[in-house]
Amino acid sequence: MKRLTSLIRKEFYHIFRDKRTLLILFGMPVVQILLFGYAITNEIKDAHIAILDQSHDEVSRRLADKLVASGYFLPDGQAESIDDVEQLFREGRIKMAVVVEPDFADKLQHEGKASVQLLADATDPNMANTLVNYATAIIQNFQLELNQPGQPPILVGAEVRLQYNPSLKGVFLFVPGLITILLMLVSAMMTSISIAREKETGTMEVLLASPMNPGQVIIAKVVPYFSLAFLDAVVVLLLGRYVFGVPIMGSVPLLLAEIMLFIIMALSLGILISTVAQTQQTALLLSLMGLMLPTILLSGFIFPIENMPLPLQIISHIIPARWFIVIEKAIMLKGVGIAYFWKETLILIGFTVFFIGMSIKKFNVRLG
Amino acid sequence: MENQNAVIVKNLVKTYAHVEALKEISLNVKKGELFGVIGPDGAGKTSLFRIMSSLLLPDSGEVNVLGIDVTRDYASIRKKMGYMPGRFSLYQDLSIEENINLFASIYDTTLEENYENIRYIYSQIEPFRKRRAGALSGGMKQKLALCCALVHSPEILFLDEPTTGVDAVSRSEFWEILQMLKKRGMTILVSTPYMDEASLCDRVALMQDGRILSVDTPAKITTAYAYSLVAIKTNEKYNMLSSLRMLEQATLVYPFGENIHVVSDKGKLTSEELTKYLSAQGMENWEIVEVAPDIEDCFIALMNQHVAA
Repeated sequence: MKRLTSLIRKEFYHIFRDKRTLLILFGMPVVQILLFGYAITNEIKDAHIAILDQSHDEVSRRLADKLVASGYFLPDGQAESIDDVEQLFREGRIKMAVVVEPDFADKLQHEGKASVQLLADATDPNMANTLVNYATAIIQNFQLELNQPGQPPILVGAEVRLQYNPSLKGVFLFVPGLITILLMLVSAMMTSISIAREKETGTMEVLLASPMNPGQVIIAKVVPYFSLAFLDAVVVLLLGRYVFGVPIMGSVPLLLAEIMLFIIMALSLGILISTVAQTQQTALLLSLMGLMLPTILLSGFIFPIENMPLPLQIISHIIPARWFIVIEKAIMLKGVGIAYFWKETLILIGFTVFFIGMSIKKFNVRLG
Repeated sequence: MENQNAVIVKNLVKTYAHVEALKEISLNVKKGELFGVIGPDGAGKTSLFRIMSSLLLPDSGEVNVLGIDVTRDYASIRKKMGYMPGRFSLYQDLSIEENINLFASIYDTTLEENYENIRYIYSQIEPFRKRRAGALSGGMKQKLALCCALVHSPEILFLDEPTTGVDAVSRSEFWEILQMLKKRGMTILVSTPYMDEASLCDRVALMQDGRILSVDTPAKITTAYAYSLVAIKTNEKYNMLSSLRMLEQATLVYPFGENIHVVSDKGKLTSEELTKYLSAQGMENWEIVEVAPDIEDCFIALMNQHVAA
């Protein structure tokens, strides 16, 4: 037992004394979830706009308030004329301008229609599109409000709002996928590299020459990475929950248990890789090509499995991440229990047993 | 008789994909002996050491260490032996102290329990015990590796090229340590490419190209030298070498330190004949020096015999 604890302690020394390892273990989960959550998203928040109100009446002011109150737009800069707007665009201060024509309220009242011009900075076409869509939706909504008296109630507004909230859904999907990738990375890749490092630097030779049994060497490798991977998963869940409001509808203990199962699966996969790889580079390549890419591309995390060509759909069945993402989504987003994904859980257990069996068979008590 | 041999190797063969590393090697090492395996790079020393320490399986042949068949019962022998691979193989990111404590606990012991056993060596690196192993000099690294290999008081020690790449002072210090360990009754097998280290061993095996050329005490190996040897001192080494190589009676001619060694079958080449030949060749400014053959001369002669055969 003392043997094992001192080997585990040694493993923690390796991790905490290597800045690169630390960065991958703790920097990456935070950076990735923030990247996925904030940067890689088409959600609009506080987009700088200018409102050129040429009418200055009660209705036009209400429209301006409504745009600002939506939270998507932030008025920036004073615009008194169309030239001012031009200037603000050139300075890059605003992404969109809302121009309200003169006599806005008057025209609405007497002619039944008035127009609002939306000018968007199309150097970023996607952004411009989204901004215009958001603003149009808000204006339509506003129009409905104006029409209420004397008209039968029309309930279109609420639907529009949902349609324009796609990004929030995006984050919901990113969190399960991100946890999967991180666990794969920390468990499988880091473990296989760290075992390959012992082979490469010759320390494995000294360990083999000792009365240590191989099981102890492996367990000592696995314990630190198991705990760190678990910690990473918890960090991502917490960030998702409190920064992006991604809920966990189902049972948290069940989710954590499934996460542990997936970590053990990934660790055994990492050990299997290290029995084949003699150098850190081989281990890295094998994990990247053999694990990370399929996990990202074929698990249904980024590209829906249903849209894949049939051969890829078939291949996706042997990607453990595919099953794990189903489980995660079921617990986190649908809030259902084990009855709905016992099959996926069994598949993961099956993978684990298979990988451990293979590793034991391949593990060498000697060199070469 | 069995009891007096710490290591018995019989007809050992090891082949890698395209190389025959060991060709039917046999040797015995007595208990308490400081035994050297001497040979150039690629002779098969490392393969032999790895097989003896149960880290590699031979293709055929028997290896018995301390009465244990290491190809079968690797677990038992690993408790009783200390092994130090040729390359520095400790954790560079751990300090001296952490490395030793780690290896102590791997062997279910502690530094404190075995302090007396390694005190002499450990005391030399103890002032730097907080320093990371990666930041140590070559000589200190070797001492640390030896400490780790000794921390469980093994009965037998396998050292694969412990002095390669180590400076001359550290090398002689290292051999002093080995002599001290030997006095305590430990069996030590050490491999080295340095011929001059042979004389520090009780017995040596000269190894070349997967074969053992000779096993004996260094003194007996040199007295068994079957040729006559003269050294020629000259300033014009290159010309001298070329003309000597054309001399029919000279079996072997090779540069040796500052001189050139000329080997001939006993009685075939007298000094007078040699003088006459060199004068006829028009060589000037040279003199014949009397030398006794050392291990390297023996090695070269044995090697040549093997190639000829």
